[in-house]
Amino acid sequence: MEKLLTRNVGKADSADIEVYLAGGGYQALKKALGMKSGDVIEEVKKSRLVGRGGAVFPTGLKWELTRKISTEQRVSPWMPREEPPSGWRAASKFIVCNADEGEPGTFKDRILLLNDPHMLLEALAIAGYAIGTTQGFIYIRGEYYREIEALEKALKQAKAKGYLGNNILGSGFSFDLMLYRGAGSYVCGEETALIESMEGNRGCPDCRPPFPAQRGFMGRPTVINNVETLCNIPSIMVNGGEWYSRIGSPDSPGPKLFCLSGHVNKPGVYELPMNITLGELIQNYGGGVKGEFKAALPGGVSSSLLTDLKVKLDYKSVAKAGSMLGSGAVIVLNKDTSIIDVAKNTIDFFTGESCAKCSVCREGTRRAGEMLARFANSGGRAKDIDLLLELGEVMYDTACCGLGQASMNVTTSAIKLFRGEFEQRLAK
Amino acid sequence: MITLMINGKQISVLEGTTIMNAAKQAQIDIPHLCYLEGLEPEYHCRVCCVEIAGEPRLAPSCVREVTEGMKVQTNSARVRRARRVIVELLLANHLIECPVCERNQTCELLKLAFELGVKEIRFEGERAHYELDETSPAIIRDPNKCVLCGRCVRVCHDVQTVSVLSLVNRGLETKVATYMENGLGNVECTTCGQCIHVCPVGAIKERSAVDEVWAALANPGKHTVVQEAPAMRASLGEELGLPPGTLVAGKMHAALRRLGFNTVFDTNFSADLTIIEEAAELVKRVKEGGVLPQITSCSPGWIKFMEHFYPDLIPHVSTCKSPQQMFGALAKTYYAEKAGIDPAKVVSVSIMPCTAKKFEAQRPEMRASGFQDVDYVLTTRELARMIKEAGIDFASLPDEPADELMGLYSGAGTIFGATGGVMEAALRTAYKLVTGREAEKIDIEPVRGLDGVKATIVNIDGLEVQVAVAHGLGNARKLLDEVRAGKSPYHFIEIMACPGGCVGGGGQPIGFNMVLRGIRGQTLYSEDRRLPHRRSHDNPSIIKIYQDYLKEPLGEKSHHLLHTKYTKRGRV
Repeated sequence: MEKLLTRNVGKADSADIEVYLAGGGYQALKKALGMKSGDVIEEVKKSRLVGRGGAVFPTGLKWELTRKISTEQRVSPWMPREEPPSGWRAASKFIVCNADEGEPGTFKDRILLLNDPHMLLEALAIAGYAIGTTQGFIYIRGEYYREIEALEKALKQAKAKGYLGNNILGSGFSFDLMLYRGAGSYVCGEETALIESMEGNRGCPDCRPPFPAQRGFMGRPTVINNVETLCNIPSIMVNGGEWYSRIGSPDSPGPKLFCLSGHVNKPGVYELPMNITLGELIQNYGGGVKGEFKAALPGGVSSSLLTDLKVKLDYKSVAKAGSMLGSGAVIVLNKDTSIIDVAKNTIDFFTGESCAKCSVCREGTRRAGEMLARFANSGGRAKDIDLLLELGEVMYDTACCGLGQASMNVTTSAIKLFRGEFEQRLAK
Repeated sequence: MITLMINGKQISVLEGTTIMNAAKQAQIDIPHLCYLEGLEPEYHCRVCCVEIAGEPRLAPSCVREVTEGMKVQTNSARVRRARRVIVELLLANHLIECPVCERNQTCELLKLAFELGVKEIRFEGERAHYELDETSPAIIRDPNKCVLCGRCVRVCHDVQTVSVLSLVNRGLETKVATYMENGLGNVECTTCGQCIHVCPVGAIKERSAVDEVWAALANPGKHTVVQEAPAMRASLGEELGLPPGTLVAGKMHAALRRLGFNTVFDTNFSADLTIIEEAAELVKRVKEGGVLPQITSCSPGWIKFMEHFYPDLIPHVSTCKSPQQMFGALAKTYYAEKAGIDPAKVVSVSIMPCTAKKFEAQRPEMRASGFQDVDYVLTTRELARMIKEAGIDFASLPDEPADELMGLYSGAGTIFGATGGVMEAALRTAYKLVTGREAEKIDIEPVRGLDGVKATIVNIDGLEVQVAVAHGLGNARKLLDEVRAGKSPYHFIEIMACPGGCVGGGGQPIGFNMVLRGIRGQTLYSEDRRLPHRRSHDNPSIIKIYQDYLKEPLGEKSHHLLHTKYTKRGRV
């Protein structure tokens, strides 16, 4: 398959605007600005592109919702600000790019940010035009120093060349972008926590509904799209939504960046259509398993374990197999791995990263960690196996955000698939 | 109107209603912990979760708004299991010392665990261990009991706009903390104690002086003198099991005598005295072109708030001490002299609806008698426990008056305990001071009630006096910002730190219920109507103290004993 997202990766100076322009860069923006904004959204809807951050929401629909919604001013009880701070345009709605890539095992967005930042900027300008805003933001993971540098340089170049700023390409459309740096919190990658963080508040997720598309940053309708999602937009604009919708799997069209890691010979980011199987990904691209295959996490540590190598890596098939494709972080485990250690490792991560707002997540992750630690030390208690399953269900039921809801997925799937390992580690 | 089904019952509610409030209209009380009426819901606890047909997960009913045709189950097996697990999880990280916890009669977590049928805590493991925050003279925080519901953070930030408490850190490190963890005593905490009222557990409480007071009562070498704030008579009975709003002035005096206090006076007396001084100060400012508006100074939480956030307004604040401190200064001078007692032997105790009074008593300015004027401050709750500990059958006590010298009081003194009361009392006397006649209309209704900011114009012989009243520090800011901007139209402003005034003080029976606070206020107004004297200047003991001792309002003795100075504390 011809590469869309990573087509410029590996080119010399691929992050430079001249290289990007030479490869046909910013043509998509030019084309979009010549269209009605509603037609831009129609193209995106036709492409059947869905969010690549993990939530799998149709991108075109999200844009349309935000475009149509009437503006509603929300005065945050924590920080009542009527006017936005200086440095950006007061707009009635916003587009935010979520570049807070923090899911363990996910390292795809940084490839795009580092190698092709202009593709993202172009996509954001198109998105801004489509939903009808003049101000966008990129919320980027604070530790991505080199990526931040690349973006800052790209922003400067794009503004200098007139692809951002006032009256872009003489179209009358003005659009600016501003960079927000995260401060190291995993949960701020969750869209409502991300908004809180941008507003200067404690980075805790909010209840949904209302969704950010209805009431987001500064209380105004806000589209939040993942880096990878947005990077599909220029190709869709140039080649049309029809063309895009025929790529790869009919259920999940378009290319996907898979982050392959764990016990494989060739870990890395692979751009592939979503019609390959887990086994093909590992064998044909990852160079096979180091040792003997035991299980894989198809969507990072928030997803459930899979043992079936024949599962197709598209959103529907993975969900049908009891897991989720999420951001496409495929972590492979071999038979030397203790599944209890894997579960404990992931739950310890969530314990530390819980924003602690929901009692069930704050306390639940820690108690699960303690139970798993007892199993890890061969001191497990039989009743804890069922208690872990019950806790997993309650956390899924009651936690506010994806972190809490999904934090027990590895543990509960480990118990379901490898219950024997737990029973072997009971206290004597 | 939105029509929905709750537990199979169809109801119609207004658009924008939350599921929890809709359920209330269907006679269903959804269990909850972090939700509290009067505060913005923040859905921390997840206890109030409900099942909505067609949704994959449970929803927090405190924030989720109803939609047309919604089908809600508030009590399904799935919901009940979730609630039990959540309460078990909270208990697993809670310092469980219920028998000795001062909130064991009012603990919402204890109540929830019982009502939700929690039978065991299956999650054994580590519990957080924190040091107590004992830096404040008034309030002690025990983070080991905190359930991180965020109510204290919300009341401090949203209602009082003081914002000294916030949630810090993430994961297991999360806790409620003050700026740089300096402790409540070292930040802008006004010690108003509203955080105590909203805390569902025993994580915040007053610094108790009960043991010190018992020791003083047992010491034959000491002479104990006690005063009780106006609001006490409307709430002590409630704390001791009588219906809210029961007036217990007489029983209170009787109980204090039975506890062993040598002399039982009443702060209402010094409330009357405050009025004489403060009304004189107001008339002087108006006549001589002094700084206006004049702002009241009886609420020590407000005073500390002003010193931190509005120190530039110090010239506006009345120099009058609060009734507690006026009383304290006189107990060890006037009373000691009259009774022929060595003031060094006098132990002056005050019973207050307030936690900030504990702070105020320790201010270095409050030593006009040559000693600490008020030695110990007890809250309503502390006194109620002492009465119970002593085995006094409070409900059956006879009504007894306070001792006369500093115990007679007028209705004007009594209404100090409700928001607007000081204003009303001061205007009754100011009228006399300006005109030499008594006002025909003694009730000033527009300054009564629970509106956050109240304003009215009072005509004193052609002089239009503009007055305003605010209770709760968030409301106070509205008036203060006007004063600061030079745009305040008022001559006189009353500010009380606590919502409802002293009847809602930090030392009162636990709860953030404004209806109850309103009922207590009504009790004070009804006592006012029944008393033989309703103006401070008619109080015979007040007339006597000026004749025998103080000579004249704003005179030299008054200046020394009854007036004070303020400190520019600024922001921390």
